[in-house]
Amino acid sequence: MSADHDHEHHDEYRPSEISLRVKAIESLLVEKKLLDPVAVDKLVDAYENKIGPHNGARVVAKAWADPEYKKRLLGDGTKAIQELGYSGIQGEDMVVVENTHDVHNMVVCTLCSCYPWPTLGLPPNWYKAPPYRSRAVIDPRGVLKEFGVELPKEVEVRVWDSNAELRYLVLPERPAGAEGLSEDELANLVTRDSMIGVGLPKTPN
Amino acid sequence: MNGIHDCGGRHGYGPIDIDREQPIFHADWERRMFGMFILAFGGGHFNIDQFRSTIEQMRPAEYLESTYYEHWLHALETLCVENGTLTRKELDDRLAALSKGTH
Repeated sequence: MSADHDHEHHDEYRPSEISLRVKAIESLLVEKKLLDPVAVDKLVDAYENKIGPHNGARVVAKAWADPEYKKRLLGDGTKAIQELGYSGIQGEDMVVVENTHDVHNMVVCTLCSCYPWPTLGLPPNWYKAPPYRSRAVIDPRGVLKEFGVELPKEVEVRVWDSNAELRYLVLPERPAGAEGLSEDELANLVTRDSMIGVGLPKTPN
Repeated sequence: MNGIHDCGGRHGYGPIDIDREQPIFHADWERRMFGMFILAFGGGHFNIDQFRSTIEQMRPAEYLESTYYEHWLHALETLCVENGTLTRKELDDRLAALSKGTH
């Protein structure tokens, strides 16, 4: 067979032997009526097309626009995020940490890849890989630099290590010049990286 | 458990591969793996602690050399065999048949 040379997409994402192993287990589970392949399609579609950082951006935009909501969000993140309809697996216990003039927060999962799915979707590759996981906790400023973020020395950097139950979302500081924008306009300024804490929100034109 | 997965503070893993345009899934098998796993998890066939513990017991070299969804595949295969849902032989036979194109 040609499996050794027959790569899907990119070498890093493995030769077809892996895809055959996946096919093997899926076909067996389907035959035993333990798995509905259509349900797999639906889940994949949800995480590929519906659930993503645009959800988290709504949360941040609302917190920027509505001080009462922001208070609720920082007080009980899970509940306040649920108000906007975002809940479910890997977001059962949410803590929102606020960036200010003096404090910058960033989030990592050193042990695994724990990430707030309902608000950010599935994590990017770098979040799941050892270089970020190893260094975020000993050299956060160096890591931020790799992402193109340089913070003034006086700013305190806090790194939050997620775990299997508890997930963090960074509430970035509202950029200057965003006063008076609608929630939709504000949401457009919020990037995924700014909610992980490895980026800053966009500035309004 | 202080295994290879416990990355925090280790040196030598190199630069962060920041690819801002990367897709959510890189191949169709990653899609199938993701969906299958979440359904098995949601169906109560195992819990998140069993899942993580299985991955944390991977051989260290294998853990580092394989990608994220390969860890999931390892966990799903291992847990299905451990809880009696499938046997290793069923998996091996099916893989062999698929490789030969006879299934």
